[in-house]
Amino acid sequence: MIGQDYWWVLLIKAVVVVLGLTTIAAYLTYAERKVAARIQLRLGPNRVGPFGLLQPAADAVKLLFKENAAPANRDRLLYLVGPSLAGGAAVLAFAVIPMGINNWFNYQFHWDIAHFNVGLLFILGVTSLGVYSLFLGGWSANSKYSLLGGLRSSAQLISYEMAVSFALIGTIILAGSLDLEQIVGAQQQTWFIVLQPLAFVLYFSGAFAETNRAPFDLPEAETELVAGYHTEYGSMRFGLYFLGEYVNMVIVSSIATTLFLGGWLPLFPFHPFDWIPGPLWFLGKVVVLLFFMMWVRWTFPRLRYDRLMNFGWKVLLPLGLLNILITGTVVALRA
Amino acid sequence: MIKELVLGLRFTITQMLRKPLTVQYPEEQKPVFPRHRGRHILHRYDNGLERCIGCELCAAACPVGCIYVLAAENDPKNPVSPGERYAERYEINLMRCIYCGYCAEACPTEAITLGPQYDLAEYRRERTVVTKAELLESWPRFAQARGPASPVGAGADSTARADPDPGISPRVAWDAAETAHGAPEAPQPGDLGVPTHVPTVTEPESRDRR
Repeated sequence: MIGQDYWWVLLIKAVVVVLGLTTIAAYLTYAERKVAARIQLRLGPNRVGPFGLLQPAADAVKLLFKENAAPANRDRLLYLVGPSLAGGAAVLAFAVIPMGINNWFNYQFHWDIAHFNVGLLFILGVTSLGVYSLFLGGWSANSKYSLLGGLRSSAQLISYEMAVSFALIGTIILAGSLDLEQIVGAQQQTWFIVLQPLAFVLYFSGAFAETNRAPFDLPEAETELVAGYHTEYGSMRFGLYFLGEYVNMVIVSSIATTLFLGGWLPLFPFHPFDWIPGPLWFLGKVVVLLFFMMWVRWTFPRLRYDRLMNFGWKVLLPLGLLNILITGTVVALRA
Repeated sequence: MIKELVLGLRFTITQMLRKPLTVQYPEEQKPVFPRHRGRHILHRYDNGLERCIGCELCAAACPVGCIYVLAAENDPKNPVSPGERYAERYEINLMRCIYCGYCAEACPTEAITLGPQYDLAEYRRERTVVTKAELLESWPRFAQARGPASPVGAGADSTARADPDPGISPRVAWDAAETAHGAPEAPQPGDLGVPTHVPTVTEPESRDRR
Protein backbone atom coordinates (compact mmCIF):
# COMPACT_ATOMS: atom_id res chain seq x y z
CA MET A 1 0.00 0.00 0.00
CA ILE A 2 1.21 3.43 -0.93
CA GLY A 3 -1.12 6.13 0.33
CA GLN A 4 -4.64 5.02 -0.35
CA ASP A 5 -3.87 2.51 -3.10
CA TYR A 6 -1.99 -0.70 -3.74
CA TRP A 7 1.22 -0.04 -5.63
CA TRP A 8 0.10 -1.99 -8.68
CA VAL A 9 -3.10 0.05 -8.88
CA LEU A 10 -0.96 3.17 -8.90
CA LEU A 11 1.27 1.70 -11.59
CA ILE A 12 -1.66 0.86 -13.83
CA LYS A 13 -3.16 4.30 -13.27
CA ALA A 14 0.15 6.00 -14.11
CA VAL A 15 0.62 4.00 -17.30
CA VAL A 16 -2.95 4.65 -18.38
CA VAL A 17 -2.63 8.38 -17.69
CA VAL A 18 0.67 8.77 -19.53
CA LEU A 19 -0.44 6.77 -22.56
CA GLY A 20 -3.89 8.33 -22.52
CA LEU A 21 -2.56 11.87 -22.28
CA THR A 22 -0.09 11.42 -25.13
CA THR A 23 -2.81 9.88 -27.28
CA ILE A 24 -5.21 12.69 -26.41
CA ALA A 25 -2.51 15.25 -27.18
CA ALA A 26 -1.84 13.58 -30.54
CA TYR A 27 -5.50 13.63 -31.43
CA LEU A 28 -5.78 17.22 -30.24
CA THR A 29 -3.43 18.15 -33.08
CA TYR A 30 -5.85 16.38 -35.41
CA ALA A 31 -8.82 18.16 -33.83
CA GLU A 32 -7.01 21.47 -34.02
CA ARG A 33 -6.31 21.04 -37.71
CA LYS A 34 -9.89 19.97 -38.38
CA VAL A 35 -11.33 22.92 -36.44
CA ALA A 36 -8.97 25.34 -38.16
CA ALA A 37 -9.86 23.89 -41.53
CA ARG A 38 -13.59 24.10 -41.00
CA ILE A 39 -13.34 27.69 -39.74
CA GLN A 40 -11.40 28.55 -42.90
CA LEU A 41 -13.88 26.61 -45.07
CA ARG A 42 -11.35 23.86 -45.75
CA LEU A 43 -11.62 20.13 -45.15
CA GLY A 44 -8.52 19.49 -43.07
CA PRO A 45 -6.57 16.22 -42.98
CA ASN A 46 -8.66 13.49 -44.62
CA ARG A 47 -6.18 11.32 -46.50
CA VAL A 48 -4.58 9.05 -43.87
CA GLY A 49 -7.19 6.51 -42.79
CA PRO A 50 -10.92 7.16 -42.56
CA PHE A 51 -11.57 10.91 -42.12
CA GLY A 52 -7.80 11.29 -41.72
CA LEU A 53 -7.99 9.69 -38.29
CA LEU A 54 -4.58 8.06 -38.63
CA GLN A 55 -2.93 11.42 -39.34
CA PRO A 56 -1.49 11.78 -35.80
CA ALA A 57 0.14 8.36 -36.12
CA ALA A 58 1.64 9.33 -39.47
CA ASP A 59 2.92 12.58 -37.96
CA ALA A 60 4.46 10.78 -35.01
CA VAL A 61 6.22 8.30 -37.30
CA LYS A 62 7.51 11.16 -39.42
CA LEU A 63 8.84 13.02 -36.37
CA LEU A 64 10.51 9.90 -34.99
CA PHE A 65 12.31 9.10 -38.22
CA LYS A 66 13.57 12.60 -38.88
CA GLU A 67 17.21 13.47 -38.48
CA ASN A 68 18.16 15.03 -35.16
CA ALA A 69 19.74 18.15 -36.60
CA ALA A 70 21.10 20.40 -33.85
CA PRO A 71 23.14 23.59 -33.78
CA ALA A 72 26.88 23.02 -33.25
CA ASN A 73 27.33 25.63 -30.51
CA ARG A 74 24.50 24.44 -28.33
CA ASP A 75 24.70 23.74 -24.63
CA ARG A 76 24.58 19.97 -24.82
CA LEU A 77 22.97 19.12 -21.50
CA LEU A 78 20.40 21.91 -21.38
CA TYR A 79 19.51 21.34 -25.00
CA LEU A 80 18.25 17.91 -23.98
CA VAL A 81 16.73 19.01 -20.65
CA GLY A 82 14.45 21.54 -22.35
CA PRO A 83 12.22 19.21 -24.37
CA SER A 84 12.28 16.52 -21.66
CA LEU A 85 10.88 19.02 -19.17
CA ALA A 86 8.30 20.23 -21.67
CA GLY A 87 6.91 16.75 -22.12
CA GLY A 88 7.43 15.58 -18.53
CA ALA A 89 6.23 18.53 -16.45
CA ALA A 90 3.01 18.75 -18.38
CA VAL A 91 2.13 15.09 -17.84
CA LEU A 92 3.19 15.24 -14.17
CA ALA A 93 0.56 17.84 -13.31
CA PHE A 94 -2.21 15.52 -14.38
CA ALA A 95 -1.36 13.08 -11.58
CA VAL A 96 -3.40 14.92 -8.97
CA ILE A 97 -6.42 15.88 -11.04
CA PRO A 98 -9.44 13.93 -9.75
CA MET A 99 -11.79 12.57 -12.38
CA GLY A 100 -14.25 10.90 -10.03
CA ILE A 101 -14.72 8.60 -7.05
CA ASN A 102 -16.32 5.18 -7.34
CA ASN A 103 -17.17 2.64 -4.64
CA TRP A 104 -16.63 -0.87 -5.93
CA PHE A 105 -16.96 -3.81 -3.50
CA ASN A 106 -16.12 -1.67 -0.46
CA TYR A 107 -13.05 -0.35 -2.27
CA GLN A 108 -13.03 3.37 -2.82
CA PHE A 109 -11.54 3.95 -6.26
CA HIS A 110 -10.21 7.45 -6.91
CA TRP A 111 -9.84 8.43 -10.55
CA ASP A 112 -6.49 10.11 -9.96
CA ILE A 113 -2.95 8.88 -9.40
CA ALA A 114 -2.07 10.77 -6.26
CA HIS A 115 -4.29 12.44 -3.74
CA PHE A 116 -2.77 15.41 -1.87
CA ASN A 117 -4.47 17.74 0.52
CA VAL A 118 -2.56 20.51 -1.31
CA GLY A 119 -3.23 19.27 -4.84
CA LEU A 120 -3.85 22.73 -6.23
CA LEU A 121 -0.48 24.02 -4.99
CA PHE A 122 1.20 20.97 -6.52
CA ILE A 123 -0.37 21.72 -9.89
CA LEU A 124 0.64 25.38 -9.76
CA GLY A 125 4.18 24.39 -8.85
CA VAL A 126 4.56 21.71 -11.50
CA THR A 127 3.06 23.75 -14.32
CA SER A 128 5.51 26.51 -13.44
CA LEU A 129 8.29 24.06 -14.28
CA GLY A 130 7.17 24.44 -17.87
CA VAL A 131 8.83 27.86 -17.93
CA TYR A 132 12.20 26.16 -17.55
CA SER A 133 11.61 23.97 -20.58
CA LEU A 134 10.83 26.99 -22.75
CA PHE A 135 13.64 29.12 -21.40
CA LEU A 136 16.29 26.40 -21.37
CA GLY A 137 15.30 25.35 -24.87
CA GLY A 138 15.56 28.92 -26.07
CA TRP A 139 18.82 29.64 -24.32
CA SER A 140 20.75 26.43 -24.95
CA ALA A 141 20.23 26.47 -28.73
CA ASN A 142 22.43 29.58 -29.02
CA SER A 143 20.23 31.18 -31.63
CA LYS A 144 18.87 34.72 -31.57
CA TYR A 145 15.31 33.70 -32.41
CA SER A 146 15.29 30.97 -29.79
CA LEU A 147 16.72 33.28 -27.16
CA LEU A 148 14.13 35.97 -27.84
CA GLY A 149 11.38 33.37 -27.79
CA GLY A 150 12.66 31.96 -24.52
CA LEU A 151 12.93 35.42 -22.92
CA ARG A 152 9.44 36.32 -24.01
CA SER A 153 7.96 33.08 -22.81
CA SER A 154 9.55 33.30 -19.37
CA ALA A 155 8.43 36.91 -18.92
CA GLN A 156 4.96 36.06 -20.13
CA LEU A 157 4.55 32.90 -18.08
CA ILE A 158 5.80 34.51 -14.88
CA SER A 159 3.44 37.48 -15.22
CA TYR A 160 0.44 35.37 -16.07
CA GLU A 161 1.22 32.81 -13.37
CA MET A 162 0.44 35.58 -10.88
CA ALA A 163 -2.86 36.56 -12.45
CA VAL A 164 -3.93 32.94 -12.80
CA SER A 165 -3.08 32.11 -9.20
CA PHE A 166 -5.04 35.13 -7.94
CA ALA A 167 -8.02 34.03 -10.02
CA LEU A 168 -7.91 30.63 -8.34
CA ILE A 169 -7.83 31.98 -4.80
CA GLY A 170 -11.53 32.87 -4.93
CA THR A 171 -12.50 29.23 -5.38
CA ILE A 172 -10.12 28.20 -2.60
CA ILE A 173 -11.85 30.65 -0.24
CA LEU A 174 -15.25 29.27 -1.16
CA ALA A 175 -14.23 25.63 -0.85
CA GLY A 176 -12.06 26.24 2.20
CA SER A 177 -9.53 23.69 0.97
CA LEU A 178 -6.66 23.12 -1.44
CA ASP A 179 -7.70 19.50 -1.86
CA LEU A 180 -9.06 19.15 -5.39
CA GLU A 181 -11.56 16.45 -4.44
CA GLN A 182 -12.94 18.64 -1.69
CA ILE A 183 -13.13 21.62 -4.04
CA VAL A 184 -15.23 19.52 -6.41
CA GLY A 185 -17.30 18.27 -3.47
CA ALA A 186 -18.03 21.87 -2.46
CA GLN A 187 -19.68 22.36 -5.86
CA GLN A 188 -22.44 19.79 -5.25
CA GLN A 189 -25.05 22.54 -5.02
CA THR A 190 -23.75 25.20 -7.41
CA TRP A 191 -20.73 25.16 -9.65
CA PHE A 192 -18.16 27.80 -8.84
CA ILE A 193 -18.52 29.30 -12.31
CA VAL A 194 -21.87 30.65 -11.09
CA LEU A 195 -20.41 32.08 -7.89
CA GLN A 196 -17.11 33.16 -9.44
CA PRO A 197 -17.77 34.14 -13.07
CA LEU A 198 -15.08 36.85 -13.01
CA ALA A 199 -12.51 34.42 -11.66
CA PHE A 200 -13.35 31.91 -14.40
CA VAL A 201 -12.91 34.51 -17.14
CA LEU A 202 -9.65 35.71 -15.58
CA TYR A 203 -8.34 32.17 -15.19
CA PHE A 204 -9.18 31.11 -18.71
CA SER A 205 -7.71 34.27 -20.26
CA GLY A 206 -4.54 33.64 -18.31
CA ALA A 207 -4.66 30.00 -19.37
CA PHE A 208 -4.27 31.00 -23.02
CA ALA A 209 -1.08 32.83 -22.10
CA GLU A 210 0.13 29.91 -19.97
CA THR A 211 -0.30 27.46 -22.80
CA ASN A 212 1.36 29.85 -25.30
CA ARG A 213 -1.67 29.83 -27.51
CA ALA A 214 -3.13 32.54 -29.69
CA PRO A 215 -3.96 35.32 -29.07
CA PHE A 216 -1.09 35.19 -26.55
CA ASP A 217 1.35 33.00 -28.53
CA LEU A 218 4.12 35.57 -28.35
CA PRO A 219 6.88 33.06 -27.50
CA GLU A 220 6.23 31.27 -30.79
CA ALA A 221 5.23 34.23 -32.98
CA GLU A 222 5.99 32.54 -36.29
CA THR A 223 6.13 35.80 -38.19
CA GLU A 224 8.75 37.51 -36.05
CA LEU A 225 10.60 34.75 -34.23
CA VAL A 226 10.44 31.79 -36.62
CA ALA A 227 8.71 29.61 -34.01
CA GLY A 228 10.60 31.14 -31.06
CA TYR A 229 12.12 28.86 -28.45
CA HIS A 230 11.93 25.71 -30.58
CA THR A 231 13.39 27.17 -33.77
CA GLU A 232 16.51 25.04 -33.42
CA TYR A 233 14.74 21.84 -32.48
CA GLY A 234 13.84 19.14 -34.92
CA SER A 235 12.66 15.57 -34.98
CA MET A 236 11.13 14.14 -31.80
CA ARG A 237 12.74 16.85 -29.64
CA PHE A 238 10.46 19.30 -31.37
CA GLY A 239 7.74 16.69 -31.06
CA LEU A 240 8.11 16.75 -27.27
CA TYR A 241 7.60 20.51 -27.18
CA PHE A 242 4.57 20.07 -29.36
CA LEU A 243 3.28 17.27 -27.15
CA GLY A 244 3.91 19.38 -24.06
CA GLU A 245 1.93 22.26 -25.49
CA TYR A 246 -1.09 20.10 -26.17
CA VAL A 247 -0.87 18.24 -22.85
CA ASN A 248 -0.74 21.67 -21.22
CA MET A 249 -4.01 22.51 -22.94
CA VAL A 250 -5.55 19.42 -21.38
CA ILE A 251 -4.13 20.30 -17.95
CA VAL A 252 -5.40 23.87 -18.07
CA SER A 253 -8.85 22.73 -19.18
CA SER A 254 -8.88 20.05 -16.48
CA ILE A 255 -8.05 22.60 -13.78
CA ALA A 256 -10.79 24.90 -15.05
CA THR A 257 -13.21 21.96 -15.04
CA THR A 258 -12.23 20.92 -11.53
CA LEU A 259 -12.34 24.38 -9.99
CA PHE A 260 -15.19 26.04 -11.86
CA LEU A 261 -17.27 23.48 -13.75
CA GLY A 262 -17.85 20.98 -10.96
CA GLY A 263 -15.28 18.37 -12.01
CA TRP A 264 -16.93 14.98 -12.39
CA LEU A 265 -20.32 16.18 -11.11
CA PRO A 266 -23.20 15.93 -13.57
CA LEU A 267 -24.85 19.02 -15.00
CA PHE A 268 -27.92 18.55 -12.76
CA PRO A 269 -27.79 16.34 -9.65
CA PHE A 270 -30.73 14.08 -10.60
CA HIS A 271 -31.72 11.43 -13.13
CA PRO A 272 -31.00 10.95 -15.98
CA PHE A 273 -27.91 13.15 -15.71
CA ASP A 274 -26.24 11.21 -12.90
CA TRP A 275 -26.51 7.92 -14.83
CA ILE A 276 -23.55 9.04 -16.94
CA PRO A 277 -20.39 8.10 -14.99
CA GLY A 278 -18.30 10.89 -13.47
CA PRO A 279 -15.15 10.48 -15.57
CA LEU A 280 -17.24 10.88 -18.72
CA TRP A 281 -18.73 14.10 -17.37
CA PHE A 282 -15.22 15.28 -16.59
CA LEU A 283 -13.96 14.41 -20.08
CA GLY A 284 -16.95 16.05 -21.71
CA LYS A 285 -16.39 19.31 -19.90
CA VAL A 286 -12.68 19.23 -20.74
CA VAL A 287 -13.48 18.63 -24.41
CA VAL A 288 -15.84 21.62 -24.47
CA LEU A 289 -13.11 23.84 -23.01
CA LEU A 290 -10.53 22.46 -25.44
CA PHE A 291 -12.81 23.23 -28.35
CA PHE A 292 -13.25 26.74 -27.01
CA MET A 293 -9.46 27.21 -26.91
CA MET A 294 -9.18 26.13 -30.54
CA TRP A 295 -12.10 28.30 -31.53
CA VAL A 296 -10.43 31.32 -29.93
CA ARG A 297 -7.09 30.54 -31.53
CA TRP A 298 -8.51 30.61 -35.04
CA THR A 299 -10.54 33.76 -34.37
CA PHE A 300 -8.24 36.35 -32.83
CA PRO A 301 -4.95 37.80 -34.02
CA ARG A 302 -1.84 37.84 -31.85
CA LEU A 303 -1.49 40.66 -29.32
CA ARG A 304 1.47 42.99 -29.45
CA TYR A 305 3.98 42.19 -26.73
CA ASP A 306 3.54 45.36 -24.63
CA ARG A 307 -0.24 44.98 -24.81
CA LEU A 308 0.09 41.43 -23.60
CA MET A 309 2.08 42.62 -20.59
CA ASN A 310 -0.35 45.48 -19.97
CA PHE A 311 -3.27 43.08 -20.10
CA GLY A 312 -1.60 40.74 -17.63
CA TRP A 313 -0.41 43.27 -15.06
CA LYS A 314 -2.94 46.08 -15.42
CA VAL A 315 -6.17 44.17 -16.15
CA LEU A 316 -6.01 40.55 -15.03
CA LEU A 317 -4.06 41.11 -11.81
CA PRO A 318 -6.15 44.02 -10.39
CA LEU A 319 -9.38 42.24 -11.32
CA GLY A 320 -8.07 39.11 -9.62
CA LEU A 321 -7.33 41.10 -6.46
CA LEU A 322 -10.78 42.68 -6.63
CA ASN A 323 -12.32 39.24 -6.93
CA ILE A 324 -10.44 38.02 -3.85
CA LEU A 325 -11.55 41.12 -1.94
CA ILE A 326 -15.23 40.67 -2.83
CA THR A 327 -15.22 36.93 -2.23
CA GLY A 328 -13.40 37.30 1.06
CA THR A 329 -15.76 40.04 2.27
CA VAL A 330 -18.89 38.08 1.37
CA VAL A 331 -17.60 34.88 2.94
CA ALA A 332 -16.51 36.73 6.10
CA LEU A 333 -19.84 38.53 6.43
CA ARG A 334 -21.86 35.34 5.99
CA ALA A 335 -19.78 33.35 8.44
CA MET B 1 -14.10 45.40 -26.44
CA ILE B 2 -16.24 42.48 -25.25
CA LYS B 3 -18.74 43.09 -28.06
CA GLU B 4 -16.07 42.86 -30.72
CA LEU B 5 -14.64 39.69 -29.23
CA VAL B 6 -18.09 38.06 -29.24
CA LEU B 7 -18.69 39.23 -32.81
CA GLY B 8 -15.42 37.63 -33.90
CA LEU B 9 -16.25 34.37 -32.19
CA ARG B 10 -19.73 34.34 -33.71
CA PHE B 11 -18.30 34.90 -37.17
CA THR B 12 -15.88 31.97 -36.94
CA ILE B 13 -18.51 29.59 -35.58
CA THR B 14 -20.91 30.43 -38.39
CA GLN B 15 -18.09 29.88 -40.87
CA MET B 16 -17.52 26.51 -39.26
CA LEU B 17 -21.11 25.47 -39.93
CA ARG B 18 -20.82 26.28 -43.61
CA LYS B 19 -19.90 23.69 -46.21
CA PRO B 20 -16.16 23.63 -46.98
CA LEU B 21 -15.18 25.05 -50.34
CA THR B 22 -12.34 22.61 -50.93
CA VAL B 23 -12.28 20.80 -54.27
CA GLN B 24 -10.37 17.56 -53.74
CA TYR B 25 -8.50 17.86 -57.00
CA PRO B 26 -7.67 14.50 -58.49
CA GLU B 27 -11.03 13.00 -57.47
CA GLU B 28 -13.19 16.09 -57.86
CA GLN B 29 -12.62 18.55 -60.68
CA LYS B 30 -14.37 21.76 -61.36
CA PRO B 31 -15.59 22.22 -64.95
CA VAL B 32 -13.46 24.66 -66.91
CA PHE B 33 -14.93 27.70 -68.59
CA PRO B 34 -16.45 27.10 -72.05
CA ARG B 35 -13.71 29.01 -73.84
CA HIS B 36 -10.85 27.58 -71.79
CA ARG B 37 -7.78 27.09 -73.95
CA GLY B 38 -6.37 23.73 -72.97
CA ARG B 39 -4.95 20.87 -75.01
CA HIS B 40 -6.04 20.81 -78.64
CA ILE B 41 -8.73 18.59 -80.11
CA LEU B 42 -8.97 17.53 -83.76
CA HIS B 43 -12.64 17.33 -84.66
CA ARG B 44 -14.65 15.16 -87.03
CA TYR B 45 -17.77 15.73 -89.07
CA ASP B 46 -20.90 14.00 -87.90
CA ASN B 47 -20.34 11.20 -90.43
CA GLY B 48 -16.95 10.43 -88.92
CA LEU B 49 -14.77 12.06 -91.55
CA GLU B 50 -11.94 14.17 -90.20
CA ARG B 51 -12.34 17.89 -90.56
CA CYS B 52 -8.62 18.42 -91.05
CA ILE B 53 -7.68 18.72 -94.71
CA GLY B 54 -3.94 18.91 -94.13
CA CYS B 55 -3.58 22.52 -95.34
CA GLU B 56 -0.96 23.37 -92.70
CA LEU B 57 -2.44 26.83 -92.11
CA CYS B 58 -2.37 26.10 -88.37
CA ALA B 59 1.33 25.33 -88.54
CA ALA B 60 1.88 28.57 -90.47
CA ALA B 61 -0.15 30.60 -87.98
CA CYS B 62 1.55 29.12 -84.95
CA PRO B 63 3.82 31.81 -83.45
CA VAL B 64 6.10 29.26 -81.79
CA GLY B 65 6.06 26.63 -84.48
CA CYS B 66 4.90 23.78 -82.32
CA ILE B 67 2.61 22.11 -84.91
CA TYR B 68 3.84 19.60 -87.41
CA VAL B 69 1.49 18.47 -90.17
CA LEU B 70 2.32 15.85 -92.80
CA ALA B 71 -0.38 15.89 -95.47
CA ALA B 72 -1.27 12.96 -97.74
CA GLU B 73 -3.60 12.47 -100.71
CA ASN B 74 -7.02 11.04 -99.90
CA ASP B 75 -7.95 7.69 -101.40
CA PRO B 76 -11.20 8.58 -103.25
CA LYS B 77 -12.75 5.20 -102.40
CA ASN B 78 -12.00 5.42 -98.71
CA PRO B 79 -11.44 9.09 -97.85
CA VAL B 80 -10.22 10.17 -94.44
CA SER B 81 -11.41 13.74 -94.90
CA PRO B 82 -13.82 15.35 -97.36
CA GLY B 83 -11.10 17.35 -99.13
CA GLU B 84 -8.35 16.27 -101.48
CA ARG B 85 -5.83 15.80 -98.76
CA TYR B 86 -5.82 14.83 -95.12
CA ALA B 87 -3.31 15.03 -92.31
CA GLU B 88 -1.40 11.79 -92.24
CA ARG B 89 0.48 12.97 -89.21
CA TYR B 90 -0.48 15.75 -86.91
CA GLU B 91 1.80 16.40 -83.95
CA ILE B 92 1.87 19.22 -81.41
CA ASN B 93 4.73 19.88 -79.05
CA LEU B 94 2.84 20.81 -75.88
CA MET B 95 6.04 21.97 -74.17
CA ARG B 96 6.41 24.66 -76.78
CA CYS B 97 2.74 25.52 -77.31
CA ILE B 98 1.64 28.78 -75.72
CA TYR B 99 -2.09 28.00 -76.01
CA CYS B 100 -2.77 31.22 -77.91
CA GLY B 101 -5.49 29.67 -80.09
CA TYR B 102 -4.16 31.10 -83.36
CA CYS B 103 -4.26 27.63 -84.91
CA ALA B 104 -8.00 27.43 -84.23
CA GLU B 105 -8.49 30.88 -85.74
CA ALA B 106 -6.49 30.00 -88.83
CA CYS B 107 -8.21 26.69 -89.48
CA PRO B 108 -10.59 26.96 -92.49
CA THR B 109 -12.64 23.91 -91.51
CA GLU B 110 -12.71 24.39 -87.73
CA ALA B 111 -10.87 21.14 -87.42
CA ILE B 112 -8.66 22.17 -84.50
CA THR B 113 -9.87 23.85 -81.33
CA LEU B 114 -8.40 24.24 -77.89
CA GLY B 115 -10.15 21.91 -75.50
CA PRO B 116 -10.78 21.73 -71.76
CA GLN B 117 -7.93 19.42 -70.79
CA TYR B 118 -5.33 21.14 -68.61
CA ASP B 119 -3.53 18.40 -66.66
CA LEU B 120 -0.74 17.87 -69.15
CA ALA B 121 2.23 16.93 -66.96
CA GLU B 122 4.19 13.88 -68.07
CA TYR B 123 7.06 11.88 -66.68
CA ARG B 124 8.70 11.66 -70.09
CA ARG B 125 9.65 14.58 -72.26
CA GLU B 126 8.81 12.53 -75.36
CA ARG B 127 5.23 12.11 -74.23
CA THR B 128 4.62 15.85 -74.29
CA VAL B 129 4.60 15.65 -78.09
CA VAL B 130 1.03 14.57 -78.73
CA THR B 131 0.19 12.68 -81.89
CA LYS B 132 -2.86 12.70 -84.07
CA ALA B 133 -4.24 9.59 -82.39
CA GLU B 134 -4.41 11.47 -79.08
CA LEU B 135 -5.66 14.74 -80.52
CA LEU B 136 -8.41 13.27 -82.67
CA GLU B 137 -11.97 13.13 -81.40
CA SER B 138 -12.86 9.53 -80.71
CA TRP B 139 -15.05 7.68 -83.20
CA PRO B 140 -16.25 4.07 -83.29
CA ARG B 141 -14.56 3.49 -86.64
CA PHE B 142 -11.40 5.15 -85.40
CA ALA B 143 -9.01 2.37 -86.37
CA GLN B 144 -10.36 2.30 -89.91
CA ALA B 145 -10.16 6.05 -90.34
CA ARG B 146 -6.57 6.16 -89.18
CA GLY B 147 -4.00 5.54 -91.83
CA PRO B 148 -0.86 3.45 -91.48
CA ALA B 149 1.87 4.87 -89.27
CA SER B 150 4.33 6.91 -91.25
CA PRO B 151 8.05 6.25 -90.88
CA VAL B 152 8.94 9.92 -91.25
CA GLY B 153 8.07 12.92 -89.13
CA ALA B 154 9.76 15.41 -86.92
CA GLY B 155 7.97 15.85 -83.69
CA ALA B 156 7.10 19.49 -83.60
CA ASP B 157 10.32 21.34 -84.07
CA SER B 158 10.08 24.29 -86.43
CA THR B 159 13.68 23.82 -87.48
CA ALA B 160 12.86 20.30 -88.54
CA ARG B 161 9.91 21.41 -90.61
CA ALA B 162 12.20 22.81 -93.28
CA ASP B 163 14.14 19.54 -93.33
CA PRO B 164 13.08 17.35 -96.26
CA ASP B 165 13.73 14.22 -94.23
CA PRO B 166 12.87 15.10 -90.67
CA GLY B 167 13.57 11.61 -89.33
CA ILE B 168 11.58 9.74 -86.74
CA SER B 169 9.71 11.85 -84.25
CA PRO B 170 10.92 11.40 -80.67
CA ARG B 171 7.44 10.36 -79.61
CA VAL B 172 7.25 7.61 -82.22
CA ALA B 173 10.74 6.44 -81.34
CA TRP B 174 9.86 6.33 -77.67
CA ASP B 175 6.61 4.46 -78.22
CA ALA B 176 8.36 1.95 -80.45
CA ALA B 177 11.09 1.38 -77.89
CA GLU B 178 8.50 0.99 -75.17
CA THR B 179 6.53 -1.65 -77.05
CA ALA B 180 9.76 -3.47 -77.85
CA HIS B 181 11.49 -3.37 -74.44
CA GLY B 182 8.88 -2.25 -71.94
CA ALA B 183 8.92 1.06 -70.11
CA PRO B 184 11.51 1.76 -67.43
CA GLU B 185 10.06 2.60 -64.02
CA ALA B 186 11.57 6.05 -63.81
CA PRO B 187 13.87 8.19 -65.92
CA GLN B 188 17.47 7.06 -65.50
CA PRO B 189 20.61 9.19 -65.75
CA GLY B 190 21.54 9.48 -69.41
CA ASP B 191 17.94 9.35 -70.67
CA LEU B 192 16.73 12.16 -72.84
CA GLY B 193 16.47 15.23 -70.62
CA VAL B 194 18.23 13.62 -67.67
CA PRO B 195 21.91 14.47 -67.12
CA THR B 196 24.33 11.53 -67.18
CA HIS B 197 26.22 12.57 -64.09
CA VAL B 198 23.83 13.52 -61.34
CA PRO B 199 25.80 15.44 -58.72
CA THR B 200 25.34 13.88 -55.32
CA VAL B 201 25.52 15.98 -52.18
CA THR B 202 27.79 14.50 -49.56
CA GLU B 203 27.61 15.87 -46.07
CA PRO B 204 30.88 17.14 -44.64
CA GLU B 205 32.52 14.93 -42.04
CA SER B 206 31.86 16.31 -38.61
CA ARG B 207 32.12 14.96 -35.10
CA ASP B 208 29.33 17.28 -34.13
CA ARG B 209 26.51 15.58 -35.92
CA ARG B 210 24.36 14.48 -33.05
